[in-house]
Amino acid sequence: MTDELPLPPRKDPQKRTTSPTRPPEARSRASLGLSAAAAEGRFALQVCADCNAVQYPPRDACSSCIGTDLLWQDIAATGQLLADTVIQTSTKLYFRERAPWRMGSVKLDAGPVVLCHIHNDCEKNSAVTMLNRLDASGQGVLLAIPTIRTTHMEDDPQLRALSADPRHRRILITDAWNPNTPTVANALIEAGASTVFIGESESWRPHPNRDALAAIDKVEVLPLDVTDTASVKKLAGEIGGKTDILINNARFMRPGGVLDRGDTGFAKEEMEVNYLGMMRLAQAFGPGMCARTTDGVNSAVAWVNILSVNALSNTPDYGCFSASNAAAYSLSQSLRGEFRGAGLRVMNIFVGPTDDAWYQPLPPPKVLPPAIARSLVDGLQRGLEDVWCGDIAKDVRDRWRRDPKVLEREMTNGGDGA
Amino acid sequence: MKQRLNYEGVAIAAPFTMPYQRYSIDTAHWWIAKALRGSLDAAGVAPTEIDGFSVASFTLAPDTAVGLTQHLGLCPRWLDNIPMGGASASVALRRAARAIQAGDANIVACVAGDTNQIDSFRNMLSSFSRFAMDASYPYGYGGPNANFALLTDRYMQTYGATREDFGRLCVAQRDNALRNPNALMKKPLTLDDYINARPIADPIALFDCVMPCAGSECFLVMSEEQAQRRNVAYATIGSAIERHNAHAEDDIQLRGGWTMDVDELYAMAECAPTDIDLLQTYDDYPVISMMQIEDLGFCAKGEAPEFVRSHDLTINGDFPHNTSGGQLSAGQAGAAGGFIGMVEAIRQVTGTAGATQVKDAATALVSGFGMINYDRGVCSSASILKTGARA
Repeated sequence: MTDELPLPPRKDPQKRTTSPTRPPEARSRASLGLSAAAAEGRFALQVCADCNAVQYPPRDACSSCIGTDLLWQDIAATGQLLADTVIQTSTKLYFRERAPWRMGSVKLDAGPVVLCHIHNDCEKNSAVTMLNRLDASGQGVLLAIPTIRTTHMEDDPQLRALSADPRHRRILITDAWNPNTPTVANALIEAGASTVFIGESESWRPHPNRDALAAIDKVEVLPLDVTDTASVKKLAGEIGGKTDILINNARFMRPGGVLDRGDTGFAKEEMEVNYLGMMRLAQAFGPGMCARTTDGVNSAVAWVNILSVNALSNTPDYGCFSASNAAAYSLSQSLRGEFRGAGLRVMNIFVGPTDDAWYQPLPPPKVLPPAIARSLVDGLQRGLEDVWCGDIAKDVRDRWRRDPKVLEREMTNGGDGA
Repeated sequence: MKQRLNYEGVAIAAPFTMPYQRYSIDTAHWWIAKALRGSLDAAGVAPTEIDGFSVASFTLAPDTAVGLTQHLGLCPRWLDNIPMGGASASVALRRAARAIQAGDANIVACVAGDTNQIDSFRNMLSSFSRFAMDASYPYGYGGPNANFALLTDRYMQTYGATREDFGRLCVAQRDNALRNPNALMKKPLTLDDYINARPIADPIALFDCVMPCAGSECFLVMSEEQAQRRNVAYATIGSAIERHNAHAEDDIQLRGGWTMDVDELYAMAECAPTDIDLLQTYDDYPVISMMQIEDLGFCAKGEAPEFVRSHDLTINGDFPHNTSGGQLSAGQAGAAGGFIGMVEAIRQVTGTAGATQVKDAATALVSGFGMINYDRGVCSSASILKTGARA
């Protein structure tokens, strides 16, 4: 059974930091469907539209009827372990450094046989449950875990490598002012984070979160203004080498579209915080985090953005704010590509309207801080890339996937005149 | 189904092995040229007389058989590229024989060869197959070691085979290899050495694995009449089979495609397993040799462990098996590993095997297996060779 992961000792600065190595990244285009499902934590396989045969490995034509209409569908994630081995040596450096590595063959209840990683707590020939998770190369891989939970199973090295688990990690939340910050900080500490740094802009001004944050053990509030390059660099100089997860929740928002505003003042501020803020943080913290992705138990592991779901499709009531989030979303995709080589994950949490002052005129449902905190911790523990928080975010996602143009038309209604 | 035509009138001659090297600074082109030249010289055939050419290689890229014709100055009217690794020899032979029977070619040179440079094996793995890239290598990147570890694990669980059983087969092959001056493994192997070897991918340990190396093998296919005219020793083809993606419904591979064609294999050759003087199995791991012993009818399914316990698999034993030491002890020279058993079998039935000669060998069975495309070997092949004219 897996042993409990101890809190790592303080790093010896004389020791060399291990260079990041990665599992194989190359995949066929068909196979990327597995990665797309893993990005949302789903176990999905191709199913033939003509004969319903479940397919694996991913392919371009059905191996039962040669039909070419293969649809990715969620599949029962259960099966039986057929055979397993412990690989002691590999020509791939990533696995060589992590040997011995257990893998095996699982007969899925849905039909196909899959080769997969095997959790060390799985007994021979036992019933297993399949996880489809993103690995350090950002590709979906299958891991068989025991169907009956074991204690400390999350601490298994294979499973931990397929997550961005906050346990024993040091986390920076960028905006002390955001109404969700105290709840998120508490949730991370409850999930095992060893330290939560919180960036605070305009420290001379009182704000409602200050007392709440001061009351939390393991929280350290530090000056940070994401609109000020010098401030961002200064903080990165202080804690960049021990930031394992960065959660960017800095947000500037005002209601209104283009014609509601007489000038570009608020729009500039929105871009400064929501878009350029992310860029400044990435330029200051990104390289250090990328260099530390294989730095032991508390390695750098994830970058998190909290975005409005209207990054996908604009809502003119908050037209300019939506535009800044669309820019931020696009930038996050660039970051994903730029961090990929180091194995640093980028997770976006898309949130519907939140229950705070700037969304006050909108009707419910609205997202409360505990929902954001839950989504965030769960997303990190499962190593997700895309997390949809709240009913509105999921509704917009589904409509956007069905037809982005229809969604745009729905979001931009002019309203019937008299 | 109508039984296919037999392979009457076809001769296999001029077996040539270019001695293997662990690492080589030469290319696959060089190795193939060496083996081809070796066979041509042995038979007294000029390069211009070759009008059929068959090639098996993993390390020719970006070339194929096409590029080799220009590279080597050949002008064949029949050209074949066999991408089937361990199954390639019987497949190459079968197709070449048909070309001879049909008059598409007068002399077909069948050659297999690969180089092994420091990084060749790793590079070959990374571009081996799409399913392996997508669904096998991301899981520990164990290559064939991991695949065969899983088959071995399942085989042991299902049929009660032990590591000692696999060890017996490996030890016997090493005894054979000690008589083959070209075998890369020169030291005797004991069962204790086998059992205590470094683990590679449980239950597979060091001596279950072949050593990748550079090497090449070649033989010529022509009409019997031509072989007699040229006065070269030759073997004839009793029968030959190939099969691909058999038993896809099996959850894990415990049998190969031979089971689908084995009856025809013996019927066409007009013989039975008891008539076979020596067996050359494809032996990249001992478990697959066990499966061939079963699937080719030497014992029932699951009984190969008992078979190896009750038989002597060495050259002078009651069941000579992989007489040159096989890949396990001679080395695995890429696609030439698919040819090693064939070339040795031609030597055996023509009485030219030298130190590894099985006394009075007249009928040999050569079996091939190849291409772990995802979770199992997809290609299987076999042929029965008989003495045509001894040297």
